[in-house]
This record gives sequence, C-alpha cells and structure tokens, in this order.
Amino acid sequence: MSLSQEQVKKIAHLARLNVREEDLDTYARTLSDILDFVEQMEGVDTEGVEPMAHPLALSQRLRADAPTEPDRRAHFQRIAPAVEDGLYLVPRVIE
Amino acid sequence: MHDKTIAELAADLRDGKVSSVELTGHYLRRIESLDNRLNSLITVTAEQALETARAADAARARGEAGPLTGVPIVHKDIFCTDGVRTSCGSRMLDNFISPYDAGVVERFKAAGCPVLGKTNMDEFAMGSSNETSYYGPVNNPWDTQRVPGGSSGGSAAAVAARLAPGATGTDTGGSIRQPAALTGITGLKPTYGRVSRWGMIAFASSLDQGGPMARTAEDCGLMLNVMAGFDERDSTSLERPAEDFNARLNTTLKGLRIGLPREFFGEGMDPGVARVIDEAIDFYKKLGAEFVEVALPHSGLSVPVYYVVAPAECSSNLARFDGVRYGYRCEDPKDLMDLYMRSRGEGFGPEVQRRIMVGTYALSAGYFDAYYLKAQKIRRLIADDFRQAFEQVDVILAPTTPTTAFRLGEKTADPVTMYLSDVYTIAVNLAGLPAMSLPAGFSQGLPVGMQLIGNYFDEARLLGVAHQYQLGTEWHQMAPAGFE
Repeated sequence: MSLSQEQVKKIAHLARLNVREEDLDTYARTLSDILDFVEQMEGVDTEGVEPMAHPLALSQRLRADAPTEPDRRAHFQRIAPAVEDGLYLVPRVIE
Repeated sequence: MHDKTIAELAADLRDGKVSSVELTGHYLRRIESLDNRLNSLITVTAEQALETARAADAARARGEAGPLTGVPIVHKDIFCTDGVRTSCGSRMLDNFISPYDAGVVERFKAAGCPVLGKTNMDEFAMGSSNETSYYGPVNNPWDTQRVPGGSSGGSAAAVAARLAPGATGTDTGGSIRQPAALTGITGLKPTYGRVSRWGMIAFASSLDQGGPMARTAEDCGLMLNVMAGFDERDSTSLERPAEDFNARLNTTLKGLRIGLPREFFGEGMDPGVARVIDEAIDFYKKLGAEFVEVALPHSGLSVPVYYVVAPAECSSNLARFDGVRYGYRCEDPKDLMDLYMRSRGEGFGPEVQRRIMVGTYALSAGYFDAYYLKAQKIRRLIADDFRQAFEQVDVILAPTTPTTAFRLGEKTADPVTMYLSDVYTIAVNLAGLPAMSLPAGFSQGLPVGMQLIGNYFDEARLLGVAHQYQLGTEWHQMAPAGFE
C-alpha cells in the first residue's frame, strides 16, 4: 500500500490537520510503511469471529436521567482562548 | 533516605523517624539538583507538595493518618491536576491549567500523598522512547545517552533516579512496563477497568489503563490500593469489592504453574535479555514453581492489530482538541476551518499527527471493514489465546522487551521499528489483562525487565509472585551511578 501526497492531503483535511507541503513526503512514506505493516492482518482467517470492542464483556451502566453536575461554566471558560458573555468565540461563520 | 522503598518510608513516618515535610523537602532538593541530567519532570509543584506535607503531618498528629499519608509521589502529566498545568507532553496543552482533578489524583490527595511534580512523557502517550514529548526527551539514568522507554518515561526515570519513591503511569500498549524494564524499576498495568480513567487524558479508550511505578512489587501494591476502585464517572470502571492487593505477598510459590509462551522467546530477542530471563526461570524453579510451555499463536499479530485499533480510537479522542474551548489556538485564524486546521497542525507533533491520520484512514468509508473491523476480530483471537493458556497455568512469564534501552535518536526515523519495541507488551492490552515488569538483571550494564502476565483480576497473585522473586534477589535495589 503506497499513499500519494494527494491522498495524504485528503486524509489530513478529513482529520483537520494543516500539514505543511514540505512534510507531505515524509508523511506519505511513513503512513505507507505503517499501512504495509498492518496488512499482515489480511492473511488471518476471521470467518465467524465476533469483533471485540471491550476486553471484558460488560454492558454500559445506566443512571437516572437527572442533573449530576453543577454549573461551572465561568470556571471552565477561564482557560478558553476567547470568550464573551459566557460564549466561546470563533471566527465569523455566517456573513 | 531516598534509597528507601515506599513501605519503609511509610513505616518511618508512622514511627515518627521522619516528617512528611522533611521527606518532601529532601526529594524536592534532589529534583532540583539532579533532574537537569534527566528532564524527567515537566512541572515541579514544590509549594503544593510542601503544603500537602504539612497537612499530612498535622493529620498524623491528630491520629488520622492512612497507610501512605505523607509519602511523596509524582504524577504522569496525563493525569489532570486542578490548578496545575497538565500538558500531556504536548504543545496543544502547554497552556492548559486543568480545572479539575483526575479520579486517580483525587485518590492520592485523599490518601495524603504530596505531589512533587508532573512527569515528562511521549506526546499524548504516543511513543516508546519519550522522544515525542514537546518538552524534549528524557534521559535514562543508567546511561544518559539512552532512552528511558515510553510513554511513561519521565515517571520511570524519576523513580529509577530516586527523585521520587513512586509514580503514576499509564499503559496503552506497554507504556508502564516497557519504561519500567528499561530503567530497572517495577511497574504494574492492572486489569482494564481497575483504575479510573476519569481525568486521565484519553489516547485509546479501550486499551488505556493507569497503574503504579515504584521500586518494588510491595510498593506497587501499596500504590494500587490507593489507585484502584470503582468510579461512576468512568463508563468502563469495574464494580468490584475492595481488596488488599498485597494480601498474597507471602503466599508460597510451590506448585505454581508458570507458562512460557514460545512465541515470546523467538528471534529478535537480544541474547543478553534471553540469559537474564533464563536465570529468572531457574530462580522460580528453585522456589518450587512448575514451568509449562503455552501457545499464544495470534500474539505475533498484536502489533499490527494495535496500530489499527489505537490510532482509530486516538483519531476520535483527539478530535476534541479544536482550538475553541481550551488548549492551543493558532494566531489570527481567517475562518473556522483555518482555526481547526492550523490549531491542530501546529499544536500536535508529528507522531500524534501520524497516528491521527492512520486512524482517520482506517475508519474512513470503504476501509472500515478491512482495517478496524478486521483488527477487532483478530483482537478477539488474541484474547482467546490467553484464555486458553490460563486454563493450564496461573501466570505467564516472558521478557518485557526484546532489547535493553536503545540510544536516543536510534529509532526516531522509522516509526514501525519503534513500534516493534512493544512487541511483548501489546497483546496484554488488547486482551485487557493485568501484567507487570520487574528488574531481573543486567545486560552490558543496562537493566533487563521480566514480565509477569496474570489472568483477569489477578493482580494480588502477580504481586506475590514478583515479591517472592524480590525477596531472593537484589536487582530491584540497584541504583544508577550518580543517583545513589
């Protein structure tokens, strides 16, 4: 499996990563190496094997649908890059 | 004082031979004078540590001390600490002052343990050498030209150099055991779900597990007694009755069945490592243990399976770092897409970006079945191998790593070569089993780790098997030159 620089650009965009032009070549090479390496999986017969998502087959706990957290918005927003009137600020989305 | 174990320090505190303020001050002075050679700590929290120490001494005076009250520790910088920077080894969180404590941090606070600082680590725990940290690599105290392993490299180096008697770590594919082996200390990865993941910054949620790193098995048990327990804020936390993990330290090993997986003794293992492990096997035979060869036929696939599962989960977990609510934000974003793309592109280092991209690719339309689903199926085969092995044996013994500590820069150019340094540790995470590494000797002056793998919930037995070894050997007492 060999990824082109164009494919790396597309993956990086899907992942919302701004990859510099000069790094595309290294990423294309190392990502291709990793995909080659994991291709060993193809030879394994997994017919009828149930995928394993969790080491211990436990079900998710449920709790009562009631508020459990106090309002700590001001505390959490103290470390935000930009806030105003309790809202997180980002560049204008709608003109 | 710093050559004592946690158990010994706890006894000295109990007997009034030393105060927590004295002990904490002593370790802080060691950090100040010695850590410039190691870079094991990202943040030193001297004032908070001394404040906790004073409170610990006062609690003791009132007769309210617990088993570890006043014993100082360090936390891996992946555990959120209220009011203290929690960087996760990343530029992305260089400015992140956590607004809350992780479950593990709360537990050590309640136990009265002063926190000396936050330890260096591979960025977001992605690495096997501590070289992906935004704060620079950590040097191995046994040879400062070599890596301490990773991702909990700072925790391992700090304990090995006696800058702290114990440290917390996390293990997603070997990140407690591999650095413990490479620095000559003892580390335990508990059964998945034992230790709360609340406030432990997520890498691969179905594999991540916190655990103790210290000099002895007994100390790891004392720390695990503090760390383990149900936490309703972690959806995969185990609901089990409390237990004393050191309850079986003195259980005889006569008749213990120890499995040797033939797949872990093949090519690629350094002859010096093989010799040390053979000697450890002889030691256990003298204690009356029986050895049985077991087969883990799918374990050879654990590294490729891991490098699909872990990046897939990481690409999802790390989507939260978007430059909006906390952490790094790029300068002058021109629109929302630019804000996301540049904040993440500048905030994450190359290895983290690589894994996010592998995961994004493996989860993308058209590839999901071939990669992620296939990996999850083989994961079950790997776990089933262990299930069958544990029908024949009580514990499994193997090397922790194929080689001793490698040189700084030796494996950074080739990610796959770096990934293979975790070839003996990764299968355990995929299966969710408990396992530990303990010092078993040296090869050319560098520590070698022995790995003990247990069945689910069998930490107490593992610690007993390790303790019996440490009663009869001195490898765990060796200190690196210059840090005695």
